[in-house]
Amino acid sequence: MSWLTNTLSPVGLGWFGGFLTSSIGKKVLMALTGLFLISFLPIHLLGNLYLLKDDKGESFNLYAEFMTHNKIIKAVSYTLYLSIVLHAIQGLLLWRQNASARGQNYAVKVTRAVGTNPRAATRMGWLGTILLIFILLHMYQFWLQMKLGNVPRAAYGNGEIVKDLYNPVMDAFANPTFVIIYVVSMIAIAFHLWHGFQSAFQTLGLNHGKYTPFIKALGKVYSVLIPAGFAIIPIYVYGDSMGWW
Amino acid sequence: MENMHLKLKIWRQGGKFSKKGEFVTYELDNVSEHMSFLEMLDVLNEKLITQREEPVAFEHDCREGICGTCSMVINGHPHGPNAGTTTCQLHMRFFRDGDTITVEPFRAKSFPVVKDLVVERAAFDRIIQAGGFVSINTGQAQDANAIPVSKESATVAFDAAACIGCGACVAACPNASAMLFVSAKVSHLAMLPQGKVEAKRRALAMVKQMDLEGFGNCSNVTACEAECPKEISVENIARLNREYISAAFVYDEKEEKGGGAG
Repeated sequence: MSWLTNTLSPVGLGWFGGFLTSSIGKKVLMALTGLFLISFLPIHLLGNLYLLKDDKGESFNLYAEFMTHNKIIKAVSYTLYLSIVLHAIQGLLLWRQNASARGQNYAVKVTRAVGTNPRAATRMGWLGTILLIFILLHMYQFWLQMKLGNVPRAAYGNGEIVKDLYNPVMDAFANPTFVIIYVVSMIAIAFHLWHGFQSAFQTLGLNHGKYTPFIKALGKVYSVLIPAGFAIIPIYVYGDSMGWW
Repeated sequence: MENMHLKLKIWRQGGKFSKKGEFVTYELDNVSEHMSFLEMLDVLNEKLITQREEPVAFEHDCREGICGTCSMVINGHPHGPNAGTTTCQLHMRFFRDGDTITVEPFRAKSFPVVKDLVVERAAFDRIIQAGGFVSINTGQAQDANAIPVSKESATVAFDAAACIGCGACVAACPNASAMLFVSAKVSHLAMLPQGKVEAKRRALAMVKQMDLEGFGNCSNVTACEAECPKEISVENIARLNREYISAAFVYDEKEEKGGGAG
């Protein structure tokens, strides 16, 4: 009996608690939250690409204004925060539990794999920890400052005054330390997705000769293109500030 | 190479050796390339007995790759580095003169070491007792076509039934997860008409027992399939996930106890 089963029993949902705390249920939670986070990445990237537009941040800031004031987007973003928290906590718990299931370690151990990269697959906990630290830094650096209003203001065409997130981002990306942190984190996310993308489908029981090769191929393309798209922005902005191009 | 000289770094635990275990290195001459790995260990033990030393305890039974008894990890691979074979099917011609070979027991908290390379795999028996069976007496072999089974189902069931329950999947998995074993048993029974009737109850009961035994959680590394001597596919794990997820939502355990005509 798990604590979740006991908590949910009075409302007749003890079976659901049992499901969520079973080894498969835990992985289903990882897969569902992971897929939701995966689906969020391209949307975030599309917004970030406004940073590359040469209009002193007008389109980026108006986009940020829209994203922080639309009710539906707000609801989705709270689901997103919850997914990050659940994915991180569950992932750390699984990591600890899986590490202790071995007991004594091997003196010599070679891990082979079929259809995934064993080096990435066996290091999901480490990669996830790098990403968690990155997300915390990222949220503190931009999200929290935006929420607290610790950013300058800017006025555009129709006289509307909006929060200016563009200039703080530009300043951060002119700093080589931040550029390196961002690019290294994107490499970590690429390896995390390389295994995680197809792994989520396998956990949900979606493995079939007809569509699994497509999912695996899509996962590989996705895990290279999306992080590369994110990484290009700080590199471009840094180069721009140094007058490289 | 007719006669090889080998250095064997073997895990010794219990008996005259420490309770916590330690590696002991043995030198062995005149190893024929035609010997199986187990025969090579037999020769080592003959030598140890002659020298009045304690022989290495290791498990073996059929020596033809179908019983799943010969559990050991050789140079980091359960059943040795060759694909699709058990330790007894591994021949010394795959090693070179002068090689150092590291031999360890399967390592998992749920597979405690009994002595040297011997581990207790009763956890697998308890998982089978929880649901890896068909509750009715299926009687004698049916007439052909008396119970229709499609070719595809028969193939999947047979491939899963090839599992010999050796535990190499647990030994290979970085998480010491038993999902490949459990999924092979669930698949093999669920794909056939006699076993399908209890598929939901079986998936719930076997996963529950697997979790109680303290195996790790599957993270789809697929090391199990890569090291499985019977090359059982991780597609079975996806099938177990499907069976378990659907059973969790539609199967009511309370109904097991109620009802009935008598």
